[in-house]
Amino acid sequence: MTDLFTDSGIELRPFYDEDSVGSDLPDRLGEPGHPPFTRGAYESMYRGRLWSMRQYAGYGSAADTNARYRYLLSQGQTALSVAFDLPTQLGFDSTDDRVASEVGRVGVAIDTVEDMEMVFDGLPIDQLSVNFTINATAPIILAFYLVAAERQGAAMADVAGTLQNDILKEFLARKTFIFPPDHSIRLVADVVEYASAELPRFNGISITGYHAREAGCDAIQEVGLTMASAVAYSEAFRARGLDFDFFAPRLSFHFASQLDLFEEAAKVRAARRMWHRIATERFGATKEASARLRFFSGCSGATLTAQQPLNNVVRSTLQCLAAVLGGAQSIHVMGYDEALEIPTEESVRLALRTQQIIAHESGVAKVVDPLAGSYFVESLTDTLEERAWALVEEIDAGGGYVSMLAEGIPQRWVAEAAYRYERDVAQGAKIRVGVNKYVEDDEVAPPLFEIDVEAADRQRSTLRRRLAARDEKSAAEALSALREVLKSDDNAMPALLHCARSGCTLGEIADEMRAVFGEYREPQAW
Amino acid sequence: MAVSAPGRARVVLAKPGLDGHDRGVKVVGMALRDAGAEVVYLGLHVSPEQAVAAAVAEDADVIGLSVLSGVHLAVTEALVAECRRAGLDDVSVVVGGTIPPQDVPKLLGIGARAVYPVGTPLGDVVSGVLGIVDEKRGVS
Repeated sequence: MTDLFTDSGIELRPFYDEDSVGSDLPDRLGEPGHPPFTRGAYESMYRGRLWSMRQYAGYGSAADTNARYRYLLSQGQTALSVAFDLPTQLGFDSTDDRVASEVGRVGVAIDTVEDMEMVFDGLPIDQLSVNFTINATAPIILAFYLVAAERQGAAMADVAGTLQNDILKEFLARKTFIFPPDHSIRLVADVVEYASAELPRFNGISITGYHAREAGCDAIQEVGLTMASAVAYSEAFRARGLDFDFFAPRLSFHFASQLDLFEEAAKVRAARRMWHRIATERFGATKEASARLRFFSGCSGATLTAQQPLNNVVRSTLQCLAAVLGGAQSIHVMGYDEALEIPTEESVRLALRTQQIIAHESGVAKVVDPLAGSYFVESLTDTLEERAWALVEEIDAGGGYVSMLAEGIPQRWVAEAAYRYERDVAQGAKIRVGVNKYVEDDEVAPPLFEIDVEAADRQRSTLRRRLAARDEKSAAEALSALREVLKSDDNAMPALLHCARSGCTLGEIADEMRAVFGEYREPQAW
Repeated sequence: MAVSAPGRARVVLAKPGLDGHDRGVKVVGMALRDAGAEVVYLGLHVSPEQAVAAAVAEDADVIGLSVLSGVHLAVTEALVAECRRAGLDDVSVVVGGTIPPQDVPKLLGIGARAVYPVGTPLGDVVSGVLGIVDEKRGVS
């Protein structure tokens, strides 16, 4: 008989029985909402409140994106997730010639606080929960958002959402870093410190395994690398004098949801148990909330195929189901056309409907942690935990996550895993329907999202108009005050808020940071 | 007819623009290396000038661009123009990434020698690139 394995290489027995799970299972599980949180972050889970349906969206100008958000909310979406274009993520203004073709291409272009106000025009910030996929420029975007909230009259206590702000995984996989690691981590800490003190409903960071997984690593590596990075951040925040229980309750996490249904559900159960152990044993958490892992689940783009794109609806449905069975607090489902282009309105609507059907028709949301006690799922949970711990220990022994990243070692682990996977597909050891089996000739691509080539020009004209109208003296003063703060150990957020209110652009602010911090080049891939 | 190939295929890979999605380019690089090519991966944010300078320094047969951020037309046009300016007539430009079907003929029209859109089997990319080098060296 052939040996069978999960996607992360755990060997599978033909069936599982009570010998497959140790005798102390009740202790490893606890009750939902209670330590060690294996069974879920909250007692009532989806019976109390469904997960947030949070489709990642944004393109073109601020006005284009505002229209897409109004549409998604009108269709029953319950939270927002902002996609920024690459110039915004990398600290360039839309008028910068070096990035002209990238403006508004893969997300919305944000140059000034007025763009942020436009994105949320008519959308009450104090009633929304908004996720921002932003990292190197996260402190700038947070400042813009908070000033936009202030101008809407929102109270800071009502500003809810999550700033991705996880720079370590940018060095690992996503690659929108700008500054060297030490300065980057300082900015992450500035945000986390500020948000922990001032924004009770806001997560200042989302510690993310998603992008490493999308870049090719397996589920075990995803959990191990995420935990190692949560350790690294916690150590960095404590090193600047913050108490673990001050920031840990607002740490949030982000995992991928791929296709191996039981392994994906078991993975996040294992992650919750691991974080509880790290928080209590390693960092001496005294608040229960400090050890409660809450996460956003992103369905996988890397598993989608360009061939027979409608098959991706089925893949995304399974992934969304895995996220729900694992107890995600919020979920994004990919559009079926996203192997080819950013999604059309129709494709985004279908992705949202996928979530709604699972929520309201499948029945799976009616019971908390429905897989608990399954011999197989508990065995998988234990094995994933054990192997991910081994990786955390390897990273500890190797000098810690930050120093290993600087040497490029975890980057190579991810690339090697991606290559193994592609070779398995090429050799047919891994079946991909429509790709290496059940292939159809003469495929016709679906209608794709059409890029509005004039959106970038509109964005540039808007910025030029705003620059012409602003008070140059106060903008310049705000920037020079920022530079002094960046050179000091003071928290940069108040100075960034002042820059935002003074009409400074994202590119100008990022240039001040470049001048003080320098820029980072990554180590050679091989 | 067939002339013996003077050494291994020499390929320079780069990610132009701001895009950081480097899973694909690394996988292609590793596969080409395992197939016997000399591969130099220049990393992220590579300008046309940097790509051409590396191609000259490495005596490259092929420059491969990987673009997943939708700006494949602009960056390919810029690289082909820079190759012409530098007189690199014998270096082929190939492009891979998230390229919708309707853009493939446009890229070929701009001067890309081959295009490998998302979904192209890894073996086809490797044999395509090595085939270009074989043809250049008169191997058949």
